[in-house]
Amino acid sequence: MIFLKDISTPINKVDNDEKMSGKAKYVADIKMEGMLYAFTVRSSIVKGRIVSITYPKIPDGYFVVDHRDILGKNIVKVIYEDMPVFTKNEITYLYEPISLLVGPDKEVLSTLVNQIEIIYEEEEPVFDWVDSVIHYHFEKGKGFEVFSDKEIIEYTYETSYQEQAYIEPQGFIGYPEKDGKVTLVGSIQCPYYVKNAVIQALGVRDDQVRVIQAMVGGAFGGKEEFPSLLACQLAVAVQKIKKPIKIIYEREEDMLVTTKRHPSRITLKAAIENKKIIALSANAGIDAGANIGLSGVVLARALLASTGAYTIDNIAVSGDVFKTNTVPNGAFRGFGAPQMFFAIEMFIEHVAKKIGVDSLDFRRSILAKQNDLTSTKGIFRDPILMPEMIDKALEVSDYLRKKDEYSKSKDFKGIGLSLFFHGCGFTGSGEKNVIKAKVRLKKELDQVYILIAAVDMGQGVKTSFRKLVAHILDIDIEQVIFNNPDTDFVPDSGPTVASRTMMIVGGIVARAAKEVKERWNEASFVVEKQYEQPEYIEYDEATFTGDAYPAYSWGVNIVEVEVDKLSYQVHIKKSWSVYDVGKAIDERIVIGQADGGLAQGLGYGYLEVMNHKNGKILQKNMTDYIIPTAMDMCPMETYLFDNPYAYGPYGAKGVGELSLIGGAPAVAKAIENAINKNVYKIPVTPEYIMELMNDGEN
Amino acid sequence: MAKISFVLNGKTVEFESDLNRRLLDVLRDDFNLTGPKEGCGEGECGACAVLMNHEIVNSCCTPLANVIGKSITTIEGFASTKRYVVIKDAFAKTGGVQCGFCTPGMIIATESLLNKNPHPTEYEIKIGLSGNLCRCTGYNLIVEAVKEAAKNGEGLW
Repeated sequence: MIFLKDISTPINKVDNDEKMSGKAKYVADIKMEGMLYAFTVRSSIVKGRIVSITYPKIPDGYFVVDHRDILGKNIVKVIYEDMPVFTKNEITYLYEPISLLVGPDKEVLSTLVNQIEIIYEEEEPVFDWVDSVIHYHFEKGKGFEVFSDKEIIEYTYETSYQEQAYIEPQGFIGYPEKDGKVTLVGSIQCPYYVKNAVIQALGVRDDQVRVIQAMVGGAFGGKEEFPSLLACQLAVAVQKIKKPIKIIYEREEDMLVTTKRHPSRITLKAAIENKKIIALSANAGIDAGANIGLSGVVLARALLASTGAYTIDNIAVSGDVFKTNTVPNGAFRGFGAPQMFFAIEMFIEHVAKKIGVDSLDFRRSILAKQNDLTSTKGIFRDPILMPEMIDKALEVSDYLRKKDEYSKSKDFKGIGLSLFFHGCGFTGSGEKNVIKAKVRLKKELDQVYILIAAVDMGQGVKTSFRKLVAHILDIDIEQVIFNNPDTDFVPDSGPTVASRTMMIVGGIVARAAKEVKERWNEASFVVEKQYEQPEYIEYDEATFTGDAYPAYSWGVNIVEVEVDKLSYQVHIKKSWSVYDVGKAIDERIVIGQADGGLAQGLGYGYLEVMNHKNGKILQKNMTDYIIPTAMDMCPMETYLFDNPYAYGPYGAKGVGELSLIGGAPAVAKAIENAINKNVYKIPVTPEYIMELMNDGEN
Repeated sequence: MAKISFVLNGKTVEFESDLNRRLLDVLRDDFNLTGPKEGCGEGECGACAVLMNHEIVNSCCTPLANVIGKSITTIEGFASTKRYVVIKDAFAKTGGVQCGFCTPGMIIATESLLNKNPHPTEYEIKIGLSGNLCRCTGYNLIVEAVKEAAKNGEGLW
């Protein structure tokens, strides 16, 4: 039997066949009897107030649904509650939702939308980063100020928007059930985020809302909090009209109005003594857009990574979330870490160059080690395998020889190396105090049902969790059942985010499975377990003190590029990656995550341009927002190092976000190596390279 | 409205319709063939790909008028062939499927490529897949899947 083998040995994914044959049902594929469609009416100004709205004559069977129909609270429940479900009259960004038009014929709806007349009173929008709504500050050791008489090296780094660009746009179907309950089926990462948001908007009891996950065609954070807004709007419409209603965004609407990765500006300063960094100052600003939403947590994750994969004893860290009149930004794989790791990885390289030491030796000399203090005076408790992982990456890529050769030649070839980690699970005490994950396993005769709210959005949760439970119980995977989460049947095991699913939820499921195993002779029973935080973990959110994460996954990326001498186009030739994710529950799935995350990180670093002009996102479709195609990507070699974590199932730590983080700095450094100029912002486009070639710093 | 006839997954279909309609909508709404997906609606992502006379086309950019008298194969029709089995096994083996939204289009692109070129080089594979966007995999394992299919399907194409 397969399970006598190492759990990491790959098995076929359980949903391969339905996905490949076209049978899998995504939300757009679902039809219901008497189903209506909804279109969103949006503001055409960036900032101001609605003076009046005149709707055309609404035909029978068509409806307008707006803020007046909200029986509960007109606020979308997320971490920071400042986003209305439908605006009443205040407009804070372009295309802010005002109402839904609902009816049976999509063409009639689009005609009606064009006949709506809205009169506004416009106000001056704010796009500069001046309105700080969240400010954080913390220090370690002696901070930074006391070293201001030393040699100071300072650089500022900038990162721009990134769009999740899941291939399946956002969508939901909502319908009333016989008992008045409102049910929502959607493309979502977090069934309970949606459910709790809808309960608050409808002003109903817990048992009057049901949320079911449809097959999810990619998410990457883009379906973490945004679907709560869409679901609240649709649920209000269902509550009013009492018919099934479907809303599916077209690509243009999806790109213009959904949340994106926060643009950032990060200034790093190093105090230097005897060619060593004795203190670091980090200041990060991120652009929240018009609503704060999750931005505080994104900023926190960025700041916690401000020393990168290194230990620096004296640090002063600060950051701000700025509100601007632009589309609200939100969750995207990596959640603040990609911005900071780009900045710190470039900075350490630039510092090494400036003080005239070999950057790799310099980085190795300051690598974080087991028992070192983290940036928040927590402890890296588990072994850190980075020295061995770096050696492996150097060996398989022939990095040292290539780096030396490319540095001397004028062939515009380059190779870059990035070192990084990702804190697994929610930041701080989020798991213990906020999420309080619960899981249930139900045994019925010889079958076991996994009842959790974790969503398979392509990352293989259905396969890896069935495999995990089957492996512990030593039964066939066919005996383990895992259906898409339905909040009427599964407990709240938390959202499918933050690289927490296998390590945190899987850890609880594994504990439950062990109990099922002990009681296997009983015919039918249910085991419920709750998250238990390791006792040694303590974190104070107010002062940023203690263990921000229970465990860390680590990575090394090496990327080789060639830059076209005439057009400055970047061609990625090959990548080599080494990761420590504790223990892979399925190697093939982890390698798939590794490849896909790296591709997104590389795209972030050199290809994906998104910006706004006067509050309007300029890239509105797949034609002008360029994500990598097969032609842009390269062969990727990946190696996994086992380093089991005591509280993860079989030692598993987080996987999902880690592989995105190192891509941008690795490709940016490879480009630096090729063009022999310092890079300070991403994406490193041909236009930016041309600028650097003309007057950049060597 | 006009009368239209074409071959859909091996069977002749005849019906009245507006010839300006997108083939994608006709397949999904009239024939309940939801394997072809709408990812972008403008021919960039390839999630809606089908075979027209055995050449890959984006059904979101194909008006019904262009389909008259042609043979259309969707993933649902292709799934009953031996070639599909070889391609599907290759995608499973290498790990070429994640969220699955691009997958039917990727498989159609693979068939279209191998049908013309049973022994493609890696570069030719990348060109063959370049009209199909995938945001999950980074393409590496999909390219491997096409190599694997070409190898295992020896003689089928």
